[in-house]
Amino acid sequence: MKNTPDPHAGYAARDRAWHPPALHPPYKTSVMRSPSAPLLSLPTSLGEETGPVFGQAMLGDMDHDLVHNYAEPGESAIGPRIIVHGRVTDETGRPVSNALLEVWQANAGGRYRHKKEGYLAPLDPNFGGCGRVLTDEQGFYEFRTIQPGAYPWPNGGNDWRPAHIHFSIFGAAFAQRLITQMYFEGDPLIPLCPIIGAIPQKEAVQSLIAELDMTRTVPMDARAWRFDIVLRGKRQTLFENRLEGL
Amino acid sequence: MTRRYPILKETPSQTAGPYVHIGMNPNVTGIHGVYEADLGAAMKTGAVHGEEITITGTVADGMGSILKDVVLEIWQADADGLFNTPGETRGTADPEFSGWGRAAADLQTGQYRFDTVKPGRVPWRDGRLQAPHISVWIVARGINIGLHTRLYFDDEGEANSEDPVLTRIEHQHRVPTLIAQKTGDGTYRFDIRLQGENETIFFDM
Ligand SMILES: [Fe+2]
Repeated sequence: MKNTPDPHAGYAARDRAWHPPALHPPYKTSVMRSPSAPLLSLPTSLGEETGPVFGQAMLGDMDHDLVHNYAEPGESAIGPRIIVHGRVTDETGRPVSNALLEVWQANAGGRYRHKKEGYLAPLDPNFGGCGRVLTDEQGFYEFRTIQPGAYPWPNGGNDWRPAHIHFSIFGAAFAQRLITQMYFEGDPLIPLCPIIGAIPQKEAVQSLIAELDMTRTVPMDARAWRFDIVLRGKRQTLFENRLEGL
Repeated sequence: MTRRYPILKETPSQTAGPYVHIGMNPNVTGIHGVYEADLGAAMKTGAVHGEEITITGTVADGMGSILKDVVLEIWQADADGLFNTPGETRGTADPEFSGWGRAAADLQTGQYRFDTVKPGRVPWRDGRLQAPHISVWIVARGINIGLHTRLYFDDEGEANSEDPVLTRIEHQHRVPTLIAQKTGDGTYRFDIRLQGENETIFFDM
């Protein structure tokens, strides 16, 4: 069966019941930073259906290796060595090639390298905390890093973020622009987190949790975690009779 | 028969958090040597067509406090109304102008700044010309899903009055929240309010 994108149809609207709402009072900062008027719904047009495109030439050789990209020569970041990989597709299942993924994270002790960071855990002199990678023709990506630590944050009296990696993702269109966070399977902090708790549906939370992937784990080197990403897709048109057999 | 047909669910959004700069503007927070320059910091790579402009402003919360940790991205056409992207089929955009910019608000003052060009007019879905405008995307701690808005120009009154997006806004008294004010030769001011009085219009597009 074949779906054909309708060039005039634009991008399918975001399912706002699937995403976290702007206002989620247990995440206190959202209270004053959430619009009170409803969003104005409009179909996408050229400016939303196009976007910046990035190339391999723009990236450095070490951009996808957070273990080494800030480290002194011959040294490496401290922490459990991991590979994070997965595939970027759109909602219609098509791979998104040449998608730029930017990632950032705390070090193994849960400390960020940032001017506004105050957690008492120490910085790792060999860990910067940022990396980026482009998906290949089939939408696959992979980067190396260390497993970040959980960290406390000022929200409730005793809130801790589960270990996570922040992702910024560019598809082909500005309408697809997305920032999210990847979590790790089995982390007991996941159900306690007010930021994750903003996501209404369990299945949506589940889709942010990377799974341990022993098939891609490199023996005596690094464990692998798989995290697939779905970006908005274009509206599809198809004939009713083609739906059979799905 | 036509129907929408997504088969997978979009990955849910999560806040960019307070440390967004590490990933998106590392040099702003003192992480040097990983990326040569912060992506989107320069939109012009040489002599560009059209009028060069500077846009500055702030993003305020529902209490009127200026966000110091916000990051904005913009996407726009060049001076001739063309986008610098392979998907542009109407012509070839100015090769010295990327059309995409990213700016972190100043960590002390909350001021953001874009050095860009005044965009040309781009057709709406039905072929009618839109007024010159810039797509804006806002992320920060406390923003669970990036906010899309548009920046128009107060010296484009005639084009604004026939813009297909501006004219279909029901609450017309809110339209000025989308319009940047000219403050001098080639300089514009665009302040964004996330909530409350004079709340900026945000789009679900
Ligand atoms: Fe974080």
